[in-house]
Amino acid sequence: MAQTSTPITTSENSQPPIIEIRNFDFAYGDSQALFDINMDIKEKEVTAFIGPSGCGKSTFLRCFNRMNDLIDIARIKGGEIKISGVNIYDKDIDVIELRKHVGMVFQKSNPFPKSIYDNIAYGLRIQGVKKKSTLDDVVEECLRGAALWDEVKDRLNESALGMSGGQQQRLCIARALAVRPKILLMDEPCSALDPIATAKVEELIHELKKDYTIVIVTHNMQQAARVSDRTAFFYLGKLIEFENTDDIFMNPKNPQTEAYISGRFG
Amino acid sequence: MSAQKAPHPFSKRKSRQAAFESFTTLFFRLATYAVIIAAGYIFFNIAYNGSKAVFMTKAPFINIAFLTQKPQTLHVYEPKEIYDELASIKAEILSSKAKKAALGSGAKTEAAAYSSQIETLEERYETLDEERKEGRLMYSDSEYRALPEPPSEELYAYNNYAYSGGGIGPAIIGTCLLVAGSIAIALTLGVLCAVYLSEYSRPGRVLQLIRLSILNLSGVPSIVFGLFGFGMFVLFFGWGVSMIAGWFTLAIMALPVIITASEESMRAIPKGFREGSLALGASKWTTIRTNVLPYALPGILTSSIMGIARVAGETAPIMFTAAFALRDQLPWEGLTKPTDFFFQGVMALPYHIYVVSAKIPQNEYTRNMQYGAAFVFLFIVGFFALSSIILRVKIRKKYKW
Repeated sequence: MAQTSTPITTSENSQPPIIEIRNFDFAYGDSQALFDINMDIKEKEVTAFIGPSGCGKSTFLRCFNRMNDLIDIARIKGGEIKISGVNIYDKDIDVIELRKHVGMVFQKSNPFPKSIYDNIAYGLRIQGVKKKSTLDDVVEECLRGAALWDEVKDRLNESALGMSGGQQQRLCIARALAVRPKILLMDEPCSALDPIATAKVEELIHELKKDYTIVIVTHNMQQAARVSDRTAFFYLGKLIEFENTDDIFMNPKNPQTEAYISGRFG
Repeated sequence: MSAQKAPHPFSKRKSRQAAFESFTTLFFRLATYAVIIAAGYIFFNIAYNGSKAVFMTKAPFINIAFLTQKPQTLHVYEPKEIYDELASIKAEILSSKAKKAALGSGAKTEAAAYSSQIETLEERYETLDEERKEGRLMYSDSEYRALPEPPSEELYAYNNYAYSGGGIGPAIIGTCLLVAGSIAIALTLGVLCAVYLSEYSRPGRVLQLIRLSILNLSGVPSIVFGLFGFGMFVLFFGWGVSMIAGWFTLAIMALPVIITASEESMRAIPKGFREGSLALGASKWTTIRTNVLPYALPGILTSSIMGIARVAGETAPIMFTAAFALRDQLPWEGLTKPTDFFFQGVMALPYHIYVVSAKIPQNEYTRNMQYGAAFVFLFIVGFFALSSIILRVKIRKKYKW
């Protein structure tokens, strides 16, 4: 892909995108994982990444808060990712500030083996916030934000690991909200949850959409259809199609997308 | 259960396989029992013999003098008559035995006569020996010096035995100080090193090599560490035979175990905790401090137990670097300036056991001291280990995932 292709975006585009990806190439060692991705993600929308396993969608998501820095052999081969107009792979970027700005929820819910309260307060405590009243307020606010407050308000000091899987995942979302990010990345947040817990998380995503920009990776096409405003289909490290969710599921332009969505492969 | 009953498909059949199976099981079982019996015998033996020195039949039941006093020469006065008679009986027994041995195989009646003679003599010896134990006077060095005049030489036979009187107080204190100091140094260095190796270093051939050499270090004989410590700390750094030289020598000995075990326990922490923390905007060190080290603490404490077990029992490394066979003063006595505390030699239990076992003649008085010291020593090591096990269990309960 030699030519600088124009970003695939949807048409009715008024406000500037919060995340801009231009000609992005990414590799693990010698094997290239992402090829020349161009994409604009808009503010306060839910963008879903779908595609078969190993197509690079999780890798791509982890580029947005530079979690791939943890992998030694991972490197950017070209292109850039701009968040709010700033290239996040610039040399003068403080990764810590970036990650405060871009929160993340992982595939496997990973609450710390501490109390529910301490889990939420963690993000603030590491920033040096010690005041009990501030922490109390934030914990309540975040738990309410994650629709968890009524379920756990009486056992804030119990271990987070005593919660159900769905509650743990919503706790992780609440924990991510505590540092007040603008963007929330979700890496298959429901893959380990039962349908009821999944429905709750999806409901939560709908709620969060009002205040946050959400990028969600999912294996579940129905989920993408349910929660997202736009959907991007990845295949073998390439962005095949990026459209309004309704369009991509109703009449996909690309035959590969159609094949995947109709379940013929992947 | 009639024999005529037709065998069903799942009936037990005799086969070589089954016989072999039961034989191997028996073999494993016997080996395990042998180990348990040997270990039990060792502990029982030390506890039984050692408790003679440590416990008393009268209140307060614990021989406080033994646990607190310094080792001293034991002065023993035994009633002269009994002493002399015992010596003559012993000579008679010996001569009878010699005569019996000299007899040919034909003279059976004579041999039997000698045997009964020896038996009566031995009985007599034992009763006299009891009397001797009742009648004897024993003084440790300090008591001996305090006597207005020693018991008369005409009534009593006098002997003295080095290290057999007094107690092992300074050795207990010295051992505790050596173990505490060296484990503190080893844990600090070891955990820092393990954090670097498991969290910061780049995996690759160099790291493999470093790991391998650390592992190999734990196989180095302790005497080599002793020589290293002697050359490095005692001579080159000029610290002399001192507690601080012993600390560092022992710490280096415990390091491999501590580094390996700590690193393993840190690498066993799920990646999710690190990622979760980093994704919330924690720096790498914050993540390690709040979300790796606390969870790895049980493993680190296990490593410290192994470290303590290795460090506390070693004689060779402290022989050249820290231990004195005998020191009159306790570590906090007679210091001209505070730093002197670190630069003084101390007594240590393993070395003390070595000295009383190998450097002085063996007799009933020294045996008491040896077993007593060994018993107390086992107890102290057990105490250190137990306290870190308790700590570990507590922390493990707190952070469970």
